[in-house]
Amino acid sequence: MTSPNRTSSWLRYLHPAAVPPALRGWVLPALILFLWWAGYASGRFTNPLFVSPGKVVDAALELIRTGTLWQALSASLTRDLAGFAIGTLAGLALGTALGLFRLAENIFNPTLNAFKQVSIFAWVPLISLWFGLGDLAKIAFIALAAFWPAFINTLAAVRGVPKELVEVARVLGWNRQQLVRRVVLPAALPGIFSGVYLALIYAWLATLGSEYLLTAGTGIGNLLTDGQEQFRMDYVLLGVILVGLIGYGFTALAGGVERYFTRWQRR
Amino acid sequence: MSADSSTAVILPAPARPVPAPSRLAGWLVKTSHVLVGAIVPLLLLALWQHAASAHWLPAQLLPSPALVYASFIDLWQSGDLTSNLVISLKRVGWSLLLGGGAGLVLGVLFGFSRRARAYLYPTFEVVAQFPVIGWIPLLIIFVGIGEPLKVLAISLAVIVPVTVQTTKGIAQVPRPLLDVARVYRFSLPQVITRVVLPSALPTLFNGLRQAVMQAWLALVFVELLAAGEGVGYLMVWGRQLLQLDLVVVAMILIGMVGVVLDRALALIENRLQRWRRNAF
Repeated sequence: MTSPNRTSSWLRYLHPAAVPPALRGWVLPALILFLWWAGYASGRFTNPLFVSPGKVVDAALELIRTGTLWQALSASLTRDLAGFAIGTLAGLALGTALGLFRLAENIFNPTLNAFKQVSIFAWVPLISLWFGLGDLAKIAFIALAAFWPAFINTLAAVRGVPKELVEVARVLGWNRQQLVRRVVLPAALPGIFSGVYLALIYAWLATLGSEYLLTAGTGIGNLLTDGQEQFRMDYVLLGVILVGLIGYGFTALAGGVERYFTRWQRR
Repeated sequence: MSADSSTAVILPAPARPVPAPSRLAGWLVKTSHVLVGAIVPLLLLALWQHAASAHWLPAQLLPSPALVYASFIDLWQSGDLTSNLVISLKRVGWSLLLGGGAGLVLGVLFGFSRRARAYLYPTFEVVAQFPVIGWIPLLIIFVGIGEPLKVLAISLAVIVPVTVQTTKGIAQVPRPLLDVARVYRFSLPQVITRVVLPSALPTLFNGLRQAVMQAWLALVFVELLAAGEGVGYLMVWGRQLLQLDLVVVAMILIGMVGVVLDRALALIENRLQRWRRNAF
């Protein structure tokens, strides 16, 4: 281009070759952070809801100092992991059992299918009446949310084990235990993991949801709702960022664990 | 062996023709499956009825099946069920338009532009992992708890799957097809309508299907959190009046609508894929 068009010359800096690949993903967050800070520094926005990035950091430091943040985080994470563990283990056990025994599947699966259709949050009013508003109700709800993906994916994975593999095991005269340990589980592992992965994500969603709806106790969700009720934008933004990063962290962690356990597949 | 001794013995018994899976047998298997599958629900129902009539739990905590059925009929006849359902479905519909439109735009952007993918997609990927309901307090501060909150929150649940699947669908368009289009000197609109769209449509539709399920999930949540009408509100109302029969009715309704939505979309998706199978 001979005549330097202003737009294109500006866009040139955005060209994939202009920024090293590893940094490209950071451009947008950096830009947002800069605009946020610049908007604050310009002094044009006097609305009390417009808080500066510094204020969010201050809020974080203050909550860390008073211990509130740690308390909320540990309460939420304990709840999340307890519910996740219970729900996922139940889902794995039931999914494997129904996958191995067709009669059991025929007996129980239609019922489970019907219950599965109820959107998880619709259980909250019932659970709150039966278990109250405390940790018991929350963990029950989180466990329920984690159960479905674990169960559905385990069942599908065990059902989907290639018939040929099972026949080989029969030919070799393996007993049921050997069959399960050496054939079914390794073959079903990837599917089972995608269930556990989803369970982890749903458990975190359910943790937050339970803290919003079953409002007794502490947690990240309560931090968010309290901040919202007091119009403390700094708390709310801090909460949103924390919740998001934890969700992202869980996903990354689950992905790493999945890759570790299924690495033999890529050999 | 019942073979006639006068015929050659090398042959195995003149086997009866392998029974073709007769319609009757298939029907019998299906019926037996239905019957076996009905055992547990019937037992549960019996247990539920017994528990309610024996007052194992107070009636506020465990309404009898008959009461739930009566409330269902009652709400249906008074029109409360349909009116609340229509309100909820409208919310989902608006959110699908809004969130689906935004997701489509983003997906097209990511799908076509390598630059956009390099600079924007990493941020999108991280933000997409944020649980939808994490945004709700922020939304409440900005828009209050009225109708905009519901539509925006559900839209957020819709954007992610639509964007991801649109990006995927466009990125998966076979290169040879694009090359052919280039040879024929297709214009950009032609490339989009004749190559990209037909090839990406099943994936796009899959995104829509995921989006509808996510929207239904998010809808129930926002209506539980802040609503004066809708199926979720029906539950809040029943909970407050300690009328668990209303809660159970709403749960059943939510489940049924979820199934209908999912099945309808699966049917359409199947159609789209059948076209694809027949293509080559």
